[in-house]
Amino acid sequence: MSENRIKIVEKVMNANDRIASQNRQRFDASNTYSINLMASPGAGKTSFILATIHALIDQGVQIGVIEGDTAPVTIDSDKIAAAGMPAIQVNTGGQCHLDAPMIEGALDQLPLDEIDLLVVENVGNLICPAAFELGTHSKIVIASIPEGDDKPYKYPNIYRGLDVLIINKIDLLPYIDFDMDYFRQGVEILNPGLVTFPVSCKTGEGIQDWLTWLTKRLPVKK
Amino acid sequence: MHELSVTESVLEIACKHAEKAQAKKVTDIYLVIGRLSSIVDDSVSFYWEMISKNTVCEDAKLHFKRIPAKLLCLQCSHEYILDDELTPCPNCGSARVKVISGNEFNLDSIEIQR
Ligand SMILES: Nc1nc2c(ncn2[C@@H]2O[C@H](COP(=O)(O)OP(=O)(O)OP(=O)(O)O)[C@@H](O)[C@H]2O)c(=O)[nH]1
Ligand SMILES: [Mg+2]
Ligand SMILES: [Zn+2]
Repeated sequence: MSENRIKIVEKVMNANDRIASQNRQRFDASNTYSINLMASPGAGKTSFILATIHALIDQGVQIGVIEGDTAPVTIDSDKIAAAGMPAIQVNTGGQCHLDAPMIEGALDQLPLDEIDLLVVENVGNLICPAAFELGTHSKIVIASIPEGDDKPYKYPNIYRGLDVLIINKIDLLPYIDFDMDYFRQGVEILNPGLVTFPVSCKTGEGIQDWLTWLTKRLPVKK
Repeated sequence: MHELSVTESVLEIACKHAEKAQAKKVTDIYLVIGRLSSIVDDSVSFYWEMISKNTVCEDAKLHFKRIPAKLLCLQCSHEYILDDELTPCPNCGSARVKVISGNEFNLDSIEIQR
């Protein structure tokens, strides 16, 4: 190597990933566990967050929520606020996903130091959110029974980078032709050994197993 | 899809190191890209010409080095190197494989004039 050759070896990131890693540093600095929650519209993202809040509120766990929506509505964030937790509504202005700079902006409005768990409810969509890192510690997808058992085959990308899969609305299994084996086989090909929790936000079935996974990751009480 | 912002990032890193080395000019930039990275060389080069104008990196030549991906079979624990497209495990034929490396995109080094 000539003396004019300078060795660098630095990771080249796109602007979104760069801000995502700054977001991660903020989560770590405030000792906040963070989740990017993705699903199609109506899969039960808000219901799942509410079920989690209700289960943990008595233990004094502080949960902050960032609600992403394409329209300027506050329906979901109002529900979170009614449950007694801080929520920020982010209007993506028609965009079909949240990106890292939007999260950065929302973090400025949250008392992050007091928050043990931050949940980002991404825009209801199975395609675009998969391509944008937000900087969260984990990525979770909610699939729901009425969507059908072929979704892993049709939307493979969102299943690839996941840490946890929630299968919601299992109370509807008796009414819907949903082949659980076929569904889980499709997931297994894309993401072998993926941690999966079948739940019902309506009856509460399965929620305890999810909470066991989650509470292990929450910071020891601040 | 992210090529412009990735190219901006290349420029930023290269300029930072050129300045630190008190370079008059950067002549060559060496990039290392994993086989599974979705980065398209041509479109990086396209943006590069536009955005490097009037910087210490103007006219610097981009060199792309593709490195193979490494996969691990979750069925039989066989580790194998991938030069082309994603293929099942050559040992047992299983499709349950995990990517160990192959998504990287690094600025490896730069060549400068002082
Ligand atoms: N039967 C049944 N219904 C459920 C369950 N979970 C949620 N729902 C219902 O599904 C509908 C959508 O739930 P939300 O929690 O609003 O879904 P979401 O994913 O937040 O929807 P968007 O934010 O609009 O994308 C509501 O009518 C819920 O009551 C469940 O486990 N079982
Ligand atoms: Mg919702
Ligand atoms: Zn094998």
